Amino acid sequence: MTPDPDTSREPRRSDAPEAGEAEARRAPAPADSPRTLGGLLREWWTQILAGESGVLPVVLGLIAIGIIFQTQNARFLSAGNLVNLLVQGSVFMLIGMGEVFVLLLGEIDLSLGFVAGIGGTVVTELVQSGTSWPWWAAIAMALAVTTLIGALQGTLVTRLRLPSFVVTLAGLLGWQGVMIRLLGVGGTISIPDETINNLANGTLSDVTGWLLAAAVVLVFGAATVVQDGKRRRSGLAAPPRFLTLFKILVAAAAASGLVVLTNVDRGVRAFPVSGMPWVIPIVFGVLMVWSVLLGRTRFGRYVYAIGGNAEAARRAGINLARIRTIAFALAGLTAGIGGIIYASRLRSMSTSFDGGTIVLYVVATAVIGGTSLFGGRGHPLHPILGGIVIAAIVNGMGLLGLSAAIQLIATALVLLASITVDVVVRRRGETAH
Amino acid sequence: MTNDSARPGSAAAEPLLRLRGIEKHFGAVEALRGVDLDVPPAQVTALVGDNGAGKSVLVKCIAGIHEPDAGKIFFEGKRVHIRGPKDSARLGIEVVYQDLALCDNLDVVQNMFLGRERLSRGFLDEDSMERSASQTLADLRVTTVRSVRQAVQSLSGGQRQSVAVAKAVMWNSKLVILDEPTAALGVAQTRQVLDLVSTLAERGLAVIMISHNLNDVFKVADRIAVLRLGEMVGQAPASQFDSQAVVELMTTGRSSRDGDASERPSAGEGR
Repeated sequence: MTPDPDTSREPRRSDAPEAGEAEARRAPAPADSPRTLGGLLREWWTQILAGESGVLPVVLGLIAIGIIFQTQNARFLSAGNLVNLLVQGSVFMLIGMGEVFVLLLGEIDLSLGFVAGIGGTVVTELVQSGTSWPWWAAIAMALAVTTLIGALQGTLVTRLRLPSFVVTLAGLLGWQGVMIRLLGVGGTISIPDETINNLANGTLSDVTGWLLAAAVVLVFGAATVVQDGKRRRSGLAAPPRFLTLFKILVAAAAASGLVVLTNVDRGVRAFPVSGMPWVIPIVFGVLMVWSVLLGRTRFGRYVYAIGGNAEAARRAGINLARIRTIAFALAGLTAGIGGIIYASRLRSMSTSFDGGTIVLYVVATAVIGGTSLFGGRGHPLHPILGGIVIAAIVNGMGLLGLSAAIQLIATALVLLASITVDVVVRRRGETAH
Repeated sequence: MTNDSARPGSAAAEPLLRLRGIEKHFGAVEALRGVDLDVPPAQVTALVGDNGAGKSVLVKCIAGIHEPDAGKIFFEGKRVHIRGPKDSARLGIEVVYQDLALCDNLDVVQNMFLGRERLSRGFLDEDSMERSASQTLADLRVTTVRSVRQAVQSLSGGQRQSVAVAKAVMWNSKLVILDEPTAALGVAQTRQVLDLVSTLAERGLAVIMISHNLNDVFKVADRIAVLRLGEMVGQAPASQFDSQAVVELMTTGRSSRDGDASERPSAGEGR
C-alpha cells in the first residue's frame, strides 16, 4: 500500500480563509440542509424525537398554565400581575442560575439558599449607619464573600473528594448559623440605602425602558446577522436568511411586549406605578453574561464536558479540580446577587430568611426549566423559565384563593412532571445508538 | 511539526516504531517477556492474541500509561523514553480506547476539539473548528455523519467509533492505536470502521489495531503480530499467514506451516 503523495502531506489544520469554500464542498454537507421552512420544521421534529427537546416542554407548560389561570381569573394575565410575577420569581431565577453551574457538573449545591442569605446580610450590615459603606462597596464585599464561600465548598468537594451533597448540606446548616449570628438578637435589620432598596423595588422611566430594549435588540440583531453571514460566506451550514430575520423580529417583539407591559400603570389611583422594574435588566444581564461564559468560552465547554463524561474530560487534559472549583465559586457569586435582591425586595434582612426552602425551590426551577440533575445538560435560561412557572403557580393559585396546601401539591406535581421529562429524554438518548 | 520525514517510499521503509526486548512485570506476574515489535508507517499492523496475552499492556507501554521495566523503544529511528501520556502525544501517538472517551452531550466538533479548542479573541472559534472537523471527516471518507453539529449521543456505534478515530488523527499524529475498534458493532458498521482503518494507512499513518476478530484482521491488516503469554510468537506480513496459522500461534505459540518459522520473533531484526 503506497500512500498517495497528495493525501500523505495533507495540511490537517487549514486555517486559510480561502480554503473555506473548497473545504465545504468536500465536507460531508448536511444532506437535508434546512433551507426551507419545511426542512427546518422537519429538522426540528427529528431533534425532538431524538430527545433534544430543549425548552419546548416548559414553554408549552407555561402556555397551558397561562390559559388555565386566565380562564379562571381574568386578572392573571393583566400587566400588573405579570410584572409582579417576574419580580416575585427573580430571587429564584438568580440563585437558580448559580445552581445551574453546579448541576451541569452533575453535582448539587444545597447551601445556595443560605449563601444568598449571607450575601443579603453582609450588604444590610455594611450600609447601616455604623459602618455606612457606599452601596457599591457593600455589594462588592457581599459578592466577594459569597464567591469565597462557593470556592471554599468547591475546594472541599474537589480536593478532598467529599460528596457535594454532604459538603453543601453542612453549608446549609452552617451558613444559616453564621447568618443568624451576623444579624444578632434583634432579628430584623432594615436597609437605609435607597439604591439598594431600588434594585428590586425601583423602576426605570418609560423612555429608559424603551431605550434599553432597543439597545438589546440592536446588539442581538447585529450579532446574529454578523454571525450567520460569516457562516454563510465560509460555506458552513447556516440558517436561511428568513430565519435570521425571524429570530430578530421575535426578539424585537418580545422586547417591545415586555416594555409595553411594564409601562402600563399597575398601581392604584393614588399611587400610580409603571416602568420596568430594575430587577428585570439585572436578571437579563446575569443571564447574558453566564450564557456567553458557558456557551462561548473554554471554561463553559469544560463544564459541559465534565458533566457529560468526566473521564473523557480528564483524558483530554482538562484540569477537573480547577473547573469544578470555579463552578462552585460562580454558583456562590450568583447566589449572592439573588440574596441582595431578596434583601432589597423586603428592604431588610431578617433571621426568618428560609434558605432551606428557597434552595429546594431553586433546584426545582432549574429542573422544571430543563436542566438535568445528572449533569451535562442545562442552561442559565432554564431557571428563569422554571422560576416563571413556579411564580405563576403560586401567584395564580393565590388569585384563585386556593390554600397553600393546594399550591404546594401543584408545585410538586409540576416538579415530578419535569423530572420525568428529564429522565425519559435521557433514556431516549441512551437507546438511540 | 511535519510528517514528511516519516513518509515511506515503499512498504519496506524504516519502521516508525520499533520495540526491542520490552519487559513488564506486575509483582510476580510477567506480563511482557522481551517483546519485539516493528510498526511501519502507512500500514496496518494487527496485534492479535488470546486474553491475557499482553496486548493491552504492550499498548499501554507505547501510550505511556505503563513504563516498561526493560527494553528499548525507537520512534522514527531515535531512542525515546515514554514516561507518560503526554510524552506519547508529543511524539504523535494517539490511542483510541475501547470506551472511546466521548462526551455524549457534546456535538461532534466539540468532542473532536475537546481540550484543544481554538480561540479567537478569547472566545471559542466555532466556525474554524467546525470547518476543520468537517474536513478531517471528509478526508477520512466518513460520510455517514449527518451533521457535525449533532450530539454524539445520537450517533450509532460505528459513527461514534469514526468520530473517536477522527479525533485521534486530527492532531498530526503519526501512529494511531485502535483497541478493539469493531467490538460490539454490527456487520455494516464494522465494514465502515474497517474502511476507515484502511484509509488511515493510505494516508501514511502507522496503525496498530488490536483485535480478536481474525476476519477483520485479514481484511485490513498489512502485518500481523501474534502475542502469546507475553511473548511475540510471530510477526510477518499478513500475506504470509492464514487464519489457521494465526490461531495455532495464538494458542500453542507454534505454527505447523513452513515458511512461518523464519518470520518468527527475529523477523523484525532482519528487515
